[in-house]
Amino acid sequence: MRILLTLLVKEFKQIFRNKVMIPIIFVVPVVQMILLTYAASLEMKGIKMVVVDQDLSQASRLLVSGFSASPFFEIVHSTTSYPEAESRLTGDRADVILHIEHQFEKRLYAEQETDLQLVVNAINTTEAGLINAYCTQIVGEFNTQIRSEWFSLDASLRMSSLDLKPSFWYNPLLDYKIYMFSGILVILVTLIGMLLTALNLVREKEMGTTEQINVTPIRKYQFIMAKLIPFWVIALFELAFGLLVGRLLYDLPMVGSLGLLFLFACVYIVVVLGIGLFLSTISNTQQQLMFVAFFFMITFILMSGVFTPTDSMPQWAQKINLLNPAAYFMRVIRMILLKGSEFRDISREFFSLLVYAVLILILAVTNYRKTT
Amino acid sequence: MSRFFGFVKKEFQHIFRDVRTLVILFGLPIVMIILFGYVVTTEIRDVEVGIWDRSMDQASIQATQKIFSSGYFVPAGYLDREEQIGELFRSGRAKVVVVFETDFEKNLKRENRASIRLITDASDANSAQLAQNYLQGVLMNYFQSLNPDINAPWSVQVKSRMFYNEELKGVYMFVPGLMALILMLISALMTSVTITREKEFGTMELLLASPLKPREIILGKVTPYVFLSFVNALTIILLGFLVFKVPVVGSLWLLMLECMLYITLALSLGVLISTSAKTQQVAMFMSMLGLMLPTILLSGFIFPIDNMPLILQWFSSIMPARWFIVIVKNIMLKGTGFVYIWKETLILLGMTLFFILAAVKRFNVRLK
Amino acid sequence: MTGTLEHIIEVRDMVKKFGSFVANDRLTFHVEKGEIFGFLGANGAGKTTAMRILCGLSYPSSGEIMVAGHNVYHEREKIKRKIGYMSQKFSLYDDLTVSENIRLYAGIYGLGRKEINTREAQLLERLGLTHIKNRLIREIPLGWKQKLAFSVAIFHKPAIVFLDEPTGGVDPITRRQFWEMIHDATLEGITVFVTTHYMDEAEYCDRVSIMVEGRIEALDTPAGLKQSYESRNMNEVFLKLART
Repeated sequence: MRILLTLLVKEFKQIFRNKVMIPIIFVVPVVQMILLTYAASLEMKGIKMVVVDQDLSQASRLLVSGFSASPFFEIVHSTTSYPEAESRLTGDRADVILHIEHQFEKRLYAEQETDLQLVVNAINTTEAGLINAYCTQIVGEFNTQIRSEWFSLDASLRMSSLDLKPSFWYNPLLDYKIYMFSGILVILVTLIGMLLTALNLVREKEMGTTEQINVTPIRKYQFIMAKLIPFWVIALFELAFGLLVGRLLYDLPMVGSLGLLFLFACVYIVVVLGIGLFLSTISNTQQQLMFVAFFFMITFILMSGVFTPTDSMPQWAQKINLLNPAAYFMRVIRMILLKGSEFRDISREFFSLLVYAVLILILAVTNYRKTT
Repeated sequence: MSRFFGFVKKEFQHIFRDVRTLVILFGLPIVMIILFGYVVTTEIRDVEVGIWDRSMDQASIQATQKIFSSGYFVPAGYLDREEQIGELFRSGRAKVVVVFETDFEKNLKRENRASIRLITDASDANSAQLAQNYLQGVLMNYFQSLNPDINAPWSVQVKSRMFYNEELKGVYMFVPGLMALILMLISALMTSVTITREKEFGTMELLLASPLKPREIILGKVTPYVFLSFVNALTIILLGFLVFKVPVVGSLWLLMLECMLYITLALSLGVLISTSAKTQQVAMFMSMLGLMLPTILLSGFIFPIDNMPLILQWFSSIMPARWFIVIVKNIMLKGTGFVYIWKETLILLGMTLFFILAAVKRFNVRLK
Repeated sequence: MTGTLEHIIEVRDMVKKFGSFVANDRLTFHVEKGEIFGFLGANGAGKTTAMRILCGLSYPSSGEIMVAGHNVYHEREKIKRKIGYMSQKFSLYDDLTVSENIRLYAGIYGLGRKEINTREAQLLERLGLTHIKNRLIREIPLGWKQKLAFSVAIFHKPAIVFLDEPTGGVDPITRRQFWEMIHDATLEGITVFVTTHYMDEAEYCDRVSIMVEGRIEALDTPAGLKQSYESRNMNEVFLKLART
């Protein structure tokens, strides 16, 4: 125990003596959390629309006014030349073209049906899907309007209606920021914890100071624990710090128990740092380690469900996610903070990570070589 | 000159000796493109839906069947109490709960009006909204199929054309973003770290004392990564084409040239970072923490820039990735020529020059 | 005392291979308790490899090796409690102070707080470093660092201390002082196993072995070696051996 304590004193002194790393550990993440949270929204407003109205009739004007009244669309240009509109689409100065051809109104009267062209920039499929949906909705409203006002279709013919009452729990204003914030916080804690721990050990290897440690009677587990504990404390502190920032700046909801969250975080961080230590036992230089860590980290993060829901991932990806600690924490932090989930709701995740923690620590300790 | 090539050769050997590093360098783009092609999609699929059917009549049962046969939703269980909704959400077993009112079918037939509550766990606002939209669409379709005879006259039909991506493949958007991300990270990270490494171990002094000129040293360190990054760019384009049928509509040569420009930019950024970092750790954290998230989030890679607050839009315009993504999208997907991207190209060029000049200046300061 | 007990290191047919490269080729020698044993050889002769095996940092390929009465195959952790080691790469922590380094290693060997306090004070006094005990290691001159590293390596009073080229890059005066410290250590009953390629330093050793390409070519007292190779000094001995 005293040996472990001696080692811990050493590690803490070294960490806090490093004047460059402290700001990197604390300032950079906070700035990122504050800024980037705002970036991550798929919400659509101000879709840039170019109107090509070649009919210039009463009907076409009414239709266009439906679009200009919508909060989703911003009519950036009106023209009668389709090629001109298309060049705007190509030049990224428009997201969608509303093309109303000649005889739009005439056909509406004569054939009782007419059509209009919608040209969507579909490189971003989610955006394209939404644009399409909004347009269809506005045109639908237009249809209802002309039926009743122009053609005074009598009420009996009107469709019976299905009343869909949507409600959004936990986040009625559909504020995406709080969701994103917790996600970015998890990424930063993971990234910093894993990298710091792993780099620290490899750096000692590279510098040759581990040689000196390896000829002493220190036990492997003592050495590994001494490398783990300081960064475990730092990562927990970072999490607390991040939550505080979120609370103050974004009114981050904390519906569930913070105690439960930290209990879970304690185990999670052991897993993350354990992986870092394991990676450092199989690397000889910081460069090597960085490659491996970078690879794992970016895969972990992208698969964790930070930007996109894990439930929609294919089965094989969800299987891989069983080994992805970030996926567990990403899910649980949001469950606890936003929905107030309790221990029984997250017990499966908790015990899975507990087993993970034990296994990865055993792996890191046994894989650390005092003798080569 | 031969001295310089000798040095470059040494650097190449240094990289190629470490098999693990190589596997990751070349494996990374492959894994990433598979991840983005199949795993990281903003589309929704298999959303768990709980059903609370308070009338259990033919209409409600049919509607339920329609929901689950749509392909987007999977059943998460049937409820019979209000409290169960919260329980389902808190345990994460369902994202949406659909509640049919009592006497659903009766109301529909007698009063022409029936209601369905769609309760969504909106902690994830984006997918909650998507799920809501899809669900409403499915239910409306079903409802309209109940009244096929009322196909109203006087209607405008919307004919949509999906430009540049007729089949609406999500991977179209990710290929350019992925190139921007991987090239930036690999190039900047690698160069900053290898150069800082020489500094940290004192071998930089040795090199500087050699007859190699400082710029030859830097060039020599950077050259292998130009090559590696370029191979990576090609891998992504090739994989996108072979696996996901993402075309290169425009000129491949122009695309290659722009890639080279972007790689040069990323490498000079790496050199700049290395001039201000004393240890590899600092260089790593600067390039990883400082570049990874901003490149993902502020470049328009996943999230549209137009929706960001102004200050972030401003930040995003100093992200080189943002401009590169526009360029790649234009050449690869839209097939436009240089006319449409000269502005972006100039911006990248300017940034590159700035990084190089700043790096040279800092480097000289350090030498004195 | 029996003969084996006096041999604090006993090596028979030690072989270390890296792939097909034989770094140590059937080394057989012993080190007597309390002596200064010099392990000489050109760069790449296999000195460090052999020393790392004796310290338990590296596995031998074959051979029988006993250090401080323990087998290097099975009892490395017991050996580690009885030895000190000063590696070729500089091994104190750059970002810790003089005092912190001393206390770290003392703590690792399980010394009590009181004992550490008094012995640290004594050590700093003896080295004349008391006034800079709160300076970071990276800020003090190399000569002081080396002396300190040696003192730290024997702080826990090991039976044997292994020194891997301890005087590399150090000025002649400091080297002389360093060897005085080594000598003092033997007076406290510590056996010293030292590698070096300074031939003048070999003169300070009780016995010297000279390694050439993984084999021990000669092993005797410095006087004995000079006599059998008809040389005036160790340098000549070495050159004669290396040329053959």
